[in-house]
Amino acid sequence: MKTVEEIKAAIEAAVPGAGVEVVPNPGPAAQHSLLLKPDTAVAVATFLRDDTELALDFLSNVTGVDWLDKEIAEKVKVTRTVAKTVDGQEQQVEETAEETQKRVEPGYLEVVYHLYSVAKKHGPVVFRMRTGNRTDMVELPSMTPVWRSAEFQEREVFDLYGVAFKGHPDLRRILMWEGFKDHPMRRDYVEPDDFDYEPTAHDEVLKRAQEHQAALAAQKGGGE
Amino acid sequence: MAVDEGLKIELGKQGVFVTTLQELYNWGRRSSVWPMNFGLACCAIEMIATTMARYDLARFGAEVFRPSPRQADLMIISGTVTKKMAPQVVRLYNQMGEPRYVIAMGACAISGGPFKQGYNVLKGIDRYIPVDVHIPGCPPRPEALLEAFMTLQKKIDAQHLTGEERPRHLDAEAPGMFPVPEQGEHDLEPPANKNVWTVPVVIR
Repeated sequence: MKTVEEIKAAIEAAVPGAGVEVVPNPGPAAQHSLLLKPDTAVAVATFLRDDTELALDFLSNVTGVDWLDKEIAEKVKVTRTVAKTVDGQEQQVEETAEETQKRVEPGYLEVVYHLYSVAKKHGPVVFRMRTGNRTDMVELPSMTPVWRSAEFQEREVFDLYGVAFKGHPDLRRILMWEGFKDHPMRRDYVEPDDFDYEPTAHDEVLKRAQEHQAALAAQKGGGE
Repeated sequence: MAVDEGLKIELGKQGVFVTTLQELYNWGRRSSVWPMNFGLACCAIEMIATTMARYDLARFGAEVFRPSPRQADLMIISGTVTKKMAPQVVRLYNQMGEPRYVIAMGACAISGGPFKQGYNVLKGIDRYIPVDVHIPGCPPRPEALLEAFMTLQKKIDAQHLTGEERPRHLDAEAPGMFPVPEQGEHDLEPPANKNVWTVPVVIR
């Protein structure tokens, strides 16, 4: 099978302006993936499916990843002019100091697709798509028109991560009920406070159970 | 009123069978507990095995699995109760006619089991409906389910027809319907039925 770089070149030859990037996998698996732009993703996916050499006719897996806002601390050299007294005289001196600057890399939601070819007996080819952010720009194109098997899995990603798939024929929650507001697989999901009975609590659960007991005690104390 | 055991045996030797209405009534009920044809997860496979020839649940008069709650006496909660399924389980229980019993089979049904901290799993069905017998195990072996049946039969045998401790179906005042939880925005509402479930006290 072609390598990821070769697939990328093939895509760029077939779909002008595809803007495909390679996301390297530094692990021993070295399973590099393609990052597609949402606006050209359907055209690229159709190419991957219909190309005679790749013939990726089977979508095996769709999954979501939640990337939180990342705070990155960087050491930056800053040069600034400081007033100093040198040999009894006031002077303006340029001074270079190292400073830690923090910047926030905005988080996003990611959807990962694994493709195989039944006809050519090769795979997987992995591609990803990323949303603009985690709150209001969560729309991505649906792959259901290209691979029918994406339908339920995209519903699952919609349910658990909150990615809205444009072009999906039936985008409803699949595991949780209608009217449920949260997305439980997001990393900032807080589960409901029903920690009244935790006989073997430890770690995170123990913390939550203790908080629950403290809140109950405070409520009782306040009531009397 | 209990019959003196010695007298009973003596009369039996003479060909006279003496019993009480209570014993007869309980014997009838405990010997024909019809379970509901209702499985939730992997424990249901063990439940099916229990009804088959090798373990032979028919020995306890409980081989008639009824596909309708109206005809069933016993609900075996065999498996994980998800928060999506819990209202339906309570509704089915409400549709069963009295006398009715519940066996919570396996770790999930009694406490949520390995999925207890999951966002979608109820932490034990006893939060919404009264459970008669709890069986631990993941899943419990068919022998454990048979043990639960025998425990339930002993429980039925010990019930009095009159008096304070009479079972729910003989008490006009006892609650017959159990509120079905609503599926709210974040969790089931209420998270537990306070009349059925109180927080157990852990003794260490």
